[in-house]
Amino acid sequence: MPTLGGVTLIATESLTKTYGGGVTALADLTVAVEPGIIGLVGANGAGKSTLIKILLGLLAPTSGRVRVLGLDPTTESAGVRARVGYMPEHDALPPDLTAAELVTHLGRISGLPRTVARERASEALRHVGLYEERYRPVGGYSTGMKQRVKLAQALVHDPDLLLLDEPTNGLDPAGRDAMLALVHRIGTEFGISVLVCSHLLGEVERICDTLVAIDGGRLLRADHISAMTSATDVLAVEVSEGTEELAARLAALRLPVRRDGRLLLVELADDDTYDLILGAVAELDLPLHRLDQRRHRVAELFATREPSHA
Amino acid sequence: MPEPTGVIHDIGYQRYTGPRLGRRQVFGALYLHGLRTAFGLGRSAKAKIFPWLVVGIVTVVAAGATAVRSQIGEVVMTYAQFADNMSWLVIFFVAVVAPELVSRDLRSGVLPLYFSRPLPRSDYPLAKLLAMATALWLLLGAPQLVMFLGAAFTTGDGMRGVWNELLDLLPGLLYAGLWAVVFASIGLLVASLTGKRAFAAGGIVAVFLMTTPIVATLSVMPSRAVNELAFLASPSTLVQGVGVWSLGDLLITENGAGQTESLIGDFGPVYAVAAVLLVAACVTLLLARYRKVAAR
Repeated sequence: MPTLGGVTLIATESLTKTYGGGVTALADLTVAVEPGIIGLVGANGAGKSTLIKILLGLLAPTSGRVRVLGLDPTTESAGVRARVGYMPEHDALPPDLTAAELVTHLGRISGLPRTVARERASEALRHVGLYEERYRPVGGYSTGMKQRVKLAQALVHDPDLLLLDEPTNGLDPAGRDAMLALVHRIGTEFGISVLVCSHLLGEVERICDTLVAIDGGRLLRADHISAMTSATDVLAVEVSEGTEELAARLAALRLPVRRDGRLLLVELADDDTYDLILGAVAELDLPLHRLDQRRHRVAELFATREPSHA
Repeated sequence: MPEPTGVIHDIGYQRYTGPRLGRRQVFGALYLHGLRTAFGLGRSAKAKIFPWLVVGIVTVVAAGATAVRSQIGEVVMTYAQFADNMSWLVIFFVAVVAPELVSRDLRSGVLPLYFSRPLPRSDYPLAKLLAMATALWLLLGAPQLVMFLGAAFTTGDGMRGVWNELLDLLPGLLYAGLWAVVFASIGLLVASLTGKRAFAAGGIVAVFLMTTPIVATLSVMPSRAVNELAFLASPSTLVQGVGVWSLGDLLITENGAGQTESLIGDFGPVYAVAAVLLVAACVTLLLARYRKVAAR
């Protein structure tokens, strides 16, 4: 079992799950991640939800091994579930209960004593930004408020790990930003590790430390987000005319350059790259529109590997 | 520096290091929540209407029987007969409460929130079943207690009369328990099959009522054995068969269905075994149902 200095949060080894109809949801998945905020990305049907259910001990893997917080969810599922909070993807709230009642009740099901459950439910709802609304039935809540209640119930028993399945589902852009900020705060300030599932790479890459990408149940890549982006910063150059000439000149200067519409993308090696580009533009006497550094989006890293979902 | 009053201090997130309760307390919490849900407690006013309507009717019936007995001295119904006479209301109560207990959770999708907690997956249906059975037992038992109190305070034989009443009450409460267990396990199993409460209620009523014509048909077949076993075909008559066999004259009085005993012949033990098997089968299926639901 791969462990990284004993602090491995989640580790799987050759994890495979095949459903009855011969559908393979996970195929030979081996990955190990450290505590922090982990983004689990993949298209719909890539096996994200299956992996979460195996981590919770709700599904038994067909083969392979898995450890969560050092425990084996297939044999010690109660121990795992006591320390994990789960926010499901779909609607999960009875409409006629108030948020305070529901979260208190679920806190008790997690083993909190009655008064503690009530206090922690109020606290959890406050942390997700629900105050007086928590005494109203959930049925009248907006989607954003419902998502917050789902997050609060995952937080009420003070877990060591949160499993969030598509937490931004159905939210408007402002709601998405707020939810991502909240998840980031939980992962950094609360000291709780978070696994965020999403099919939107652009979202999770903003908040996570580690990125795990799966496709068709197979691991595409798992690494620190910094390792994925550090060497790949590029400069975007735009000139209003003479793009071809500039591209040829830059190529002659042995700078790796490629076209992206009206832009020229040049890999940023060091500060000299700026000078070389500016020099070339000045020599050709071209009107420079734009020269800025672009963070190479992680999506482009995966683009070559998963052409069907790029 | 003195702080102004009324300021809310954000002390940030607090980790919890206190005790975490074990399986028994969690089961108890879920059971109590279910029992409260059965009577609409902690729920909207709408959820209280039907359960309390039924509770009101059975209490009025019990009070009426008590009043008649104290005034005229005639026993309108024994404690055990009370459950039999209330069978329609019991069916109605099950049809209202069982969907409330399980179908609602299926529909709202809240089950993943339960099963992602350290709750063993069999505990959820068992706690709900126990809550349903307790609610039914209270529904049938509480009015019997009313009848007992009425009889105990009006008895002419002093403590001896009270003691005799108590000896009549206890089998009645046990019989109510049998009603509760059989009806709860069937009702909850049917309700657990669908997330639509209306369908669940209809299904429960159908199971209990559609089987009655089968009993009627079988009891006119030209075979004595078939006639005597006919009451196995419907849950209500099955329970009554067990009652007739085990309680005898507590259930059958001269003014009651006098010849019921002869109707089941010597098949009393068969009825008892059938009732046990029926409950066991329902509980097994219920657990199997939730094993499947939990993995979803």
